[in-house]
Amino acid sequence: MNLTLKVWRQSGPSDKGRMVTYKVEDVSPDMSFLEMLDVLNERLILEGDDPIAFDHDCREGICGMCGMVINGVAHGEQRATTTCQLHMRHFEDGATITIEPWRAAPFPVVKDLVVDRSAFDRIIQAGGFVSVPAGSAPDAHSIPVRKEDADAAFDAATCIGCGACVAACPNGSASLFTAAKITHLSLLPQGQPERLSRAKAMVDQMDAEGFGGCTNTGECTAVCPKGIPLDAIARMNADYLKANAK
Amino acid sequence: MAVTGAVMVLFLVLHMLGNLKIFLGKDSFNEYAHALRTLLEPLLPYRTVLTVLEVVLVASVVLHMWAAISLSRRAGKARPVKYVAKKSQAAGYTTHIMRWGGVTIALFVVWHLLDLTFGVVNPKGFDSAPADRMIAGFEPSRWWVTLIYIVAVVMVGLHLRHGVWSAVQTLGWANSTRNKVLRLSAGLLSAVLVIGFLAPPLAITFGVVK
Ligand code: HEM
Ligand code: SF4
Ligand code: FES
Repeated sequence: MNLTLKVWRQSGPSDKGRMVTYKVEDVSPDMSFLEMLDVLNERLILEGDDPIAFDHDCREGICGMCGMVINGVAHGEQRATTTCQLHMRHFEDGATITIEPWRAAPFPVVKDLVVDRSAFDRIIQAGGFVSVPAGSAPDAHSIPVRKEDADAAFDAATCIGCGACVAACPNGSASLFTAAKITHLSLLPQGQPERLSRAKAMVDQMDAEGFGGCTNTGECTAVCPKGIPLDAIARMNADYLKANAK
Repeated sequence: MAVTGAVMVLFLVLHMLGNLKIFLGKDSFNEYAHALRTLLEPLLPYRTVLTVLEVVLVASVVLHMWAAISLSRRAGKARPVKYVAKKSQAAGYTTHIMRWGGVTIALFVVWHLLDLTFGVVNPKGFDSAPADRMIAGFEPSRWWVTLIYIVAVVMVGLHLRHGVWSAVQTLGWANSTRNKVLRLSAGLLSAVLVIGFLAPPLAITFGVVK
């Protein structure tokens, strides 16, 4: 396959940045999107150019590092798929592909397609934990959990913190991420004591980071590689309202 | 947004039902308009209840607009650099027209109050019976007024199709099992409002109600 790429290039946080066009030839349809970029980068290095910086780690869809906006869609148009799991066979030969970093003020561009997602870490630090006595591991099944709750909590816990939800949201809201993290703890017995204070602390931190407000557009869940549903946001809202009513 | 929106939806339902009284005859409609002003009389002075409702309604409109503007400004600040290419992935177009819909409806309400409440842009003027104002306002030669109403009411319908469900979600009552019913109810309510609101003007313009 031969492709034309239009890639966001930005040498550092203070650079204004611009789209740069590259031709990539002989791309195998079996390559992943990141492998295709690797091929381009090898050539750029040989030509003495600066390779395109992009984040990646596991390349198996579980770490959440590899986000980029491909043809206007976070992680590309393939549903429930991270960029690293997206394969070139989903593109047409001769296609032009635009590649941009996540766009959100709380996710400043570090270089090219790499953004700083520390804002997510601070939201987790604000309340995304349970205060349990440290020490020996508790016995399995010492606390009964309903199967439905365990399943739903696990589904919410599959959020990999990639930030696609923020990137796709027209409001730049981090509600789906924050709600996923709140949900997986608030569904379990261990999460109950801090349930309301957690919701309040995490939502307040999310707002303090400069993310926008949720208007329930549903763009987030549509691009989420883990298919976190909007239910999570409703649950977060309910807990947050209760926390504030107290 | 959710709470003020709910107040307005409640108003719209009552307003629509009131408007439909025109089909029961001019007198029925005028009596209804009169009753609105004399509600709980003589317990309370003339127009007390109506004035209170109007104050609540104006407060809702203002707060709803304030919330929309601050959300919009936060969104702008949260994404200072726009995408070169951006493609929507969510189903439904109604979410994308909420802000424009809101502006259209606000402009319409100004025109509508000048027309049927204050009679400034109505052929019958202020000193006339409400039913006469309404019938004169939508007479066949003023088909363009009816057209304005059609556009505005359809906008209201689209606004509520997303808005009603969205309010339930914001208040934390929505979930996957309920969503189908919730979205269907929002669509149904919107459709009923559109049909109920458009029936009187269309009936007048097409000469069914004179
Ligand atoms: C096409 C359908 C509509 C018709 C025929 C209609 C008719 C009227 C009439 C006759 C009045 C004056 C009532 C009176 O003097 O007692 C009125 C008032 C009003 N209408 Fe409508 N209306 C329509 C749609 C709407 C819509 C869609 C909205 C809002 C989005 C709206 C908002 C209002 C408001 C805020 C008032 C003033 C209420 C008050 O001051 O107490 N109307 N309408
Ligand atoms: S909710 Fe989905 S899109 Fe958002 S950070 Fe988690 S996995 Fe990524
Ligand atoms: S590189 Fe880990 S999810 Fe894509």
